[in-house]
Amino acid sequence: MAVKRRKNDLNILEKLYIPEIAKGMALTLKNMFRPRVTMQYPEVKFDPPASYRGRPVLVEEPETGERCVACGLCSRVCPALAIEVQAAETDREKERYPEKFEINMIRCIFCGFCEEVCPEEAIVMSKDYELVYTNRQDAIYGKDKLLVPVEELQDRLDYLRNFK
Amino acid sequence: MTLLEITIITMIRIAIIISVLLLTVSYLVYFERKISAWTQNRIGPNRVGWRGALQPFADVGKLLLKEDIIPSASNKSIHTLAPFITLVIAFSTYAVIPIGPNVTLFGYDIPLAVADVNIGILYVLALTSLGVYGITLAGWSSGSKYSLIGGIRSSAQMISYEVSMGFSIAGVVLVAGSLSPITIVESQYGWMWNAVLQPIGFITFAISAFAETNRLPFDLPEAEPELVGGYHTEYSSMKFASFFLAEYANMIIASALIVTLYLGGWQVPYIDKLGLGETLTVLIQIGSFFVKMGAVLFFFIWVRWSIPRFRYDQLMSLGWKVMFPLSLFNVVWVAVLIMLFNI
Repeated sequence: MAVKRRKNDLNILEKLYIPEIAKGMALTLKNMFRPRVTMQYPEVKFDPPASYRGRPVLVEEPETGERCVACGLCSRVCPALAIEVQAAETDREKERYPEKFEINMIRCIFCGFCEEVCPEEAIVMSKDYELVYTNRQDAIYGKDKLLVPVEELQDRLDYLRNFK
Repeated sequence: MTLLEITIITMIRIAIIISVLLLTVSYLVYFERKISAWTQNRIGPNRVGWRGALQPFADVGKLLLKEDIIPSASNKSIHTLAPFITLVIAFSTYAVIPIGPNVTLFGYDIPLAVADVNIGILYVLALTSLGVYGITLAGWSSGSKYSLIGGIRSSAQMISYEVSMGFSIAGVVLVAGSLSPITIVESQYGWMWNAVLQPIGFITFAISAFAETNRLPFDLPEAEPELVGGYHTEYSSMKFASFFLAEYANMIIASALIVTLYLGGWQVPYIDKLGLGETLTVLIQIGSFFVKMGAVLFFFIWVRWSIPRFRYDQLMSLGWKVMFPLSLFNVVWVAVLIMLFNI
């Protein structure tokens, strides 16, 4: 029977184990003196880059209020059925606004489809990643929690302009 | 010395050794976690106490509060007994290891070992081979296939590696002409450390010590990816902690043995040329024993986080085809050295 050989058989030095073991040990020793990558979380917080997809929020303009026109596209595209929108009419220039806008944060999968589909750039992914709730009711974020002033989201909006 | 005095002095020595051993074991766990973190560019435990210094006590407290589960398929009495066999054997092995030269305190001549036994090395060998019983019984009595395989592997491994361990020690005994650990340390005067005289024996003994203590790269009895937890899969709470303690106590004993047999024990080369006072000399010698032990322990942990586990057949072929002939060769080498140079 033909003996099956490996493509690269070990040479004598490698078969002795010792030099290879020494190499491995040197590597781990070197790593002991490298800088640590751990972040001391509650004290030091991670500052995400603009491409980070945190919790989705609604953009709020200083004078005119929310940009959202309640077209309901985000709600339609949401694969997890997390968004609920109810439209109503106003006297303002844009005529429509969301009377009720709720995102169920237990359902949300942070895919960013809502942001991608939005024609008004009204819903964007923020950098907020600290989502804590103690019951399911608290996990449904209404307009009070979703509206965020536009200046806080400038990073993400610039990112979308450049790369979307 | 009267019998009462001997008893009191021995009790004090036992208390000191046991408390030092327990403290070292708990901090060994801490350092194991710290060093593993460092090699992986992490920080390691740093929340409990100053830089996590109280972590071992938090761990023990947590383990004590856990529910003690005894599987219904197990043999209950042996299942309960096994961890304590392991623990008792692990701690009693330490009795014969000298941490320093004889000291004179309050007019008594005290050897710095719990028992100055003239066959101390035999005693250590006998007890370490008994240690396999704890693990095998634990594996067998758990009524679980993973535990059983772990226990069987452990006994096979320990028996194979004890052979080369015994032959490596034979070289040391030949040089010292005695089985007493204290005489062996005294025979390694100056730079005449056994690690220098018989490097092959040193390496084979160190590797066998790794296998005896079930440490990586030889931790097959508890190989997590294949055996869940090995022989202690079915243990929880303080019984699990006993196995854990025993493993680390065994590690300390292995390193103490390596230091005693090969690295000159408490001997510091050329210390008598410095002209220090007697008390200072003794203190430095005791300190040197602990420094050497710490270095060996660091090496143990360092190896664990660097080298992957051997396969079972590789372990056996290494034990019988490599370590065994090498340790035999070492005995011949030492005999030739003695014949040629009369050491």
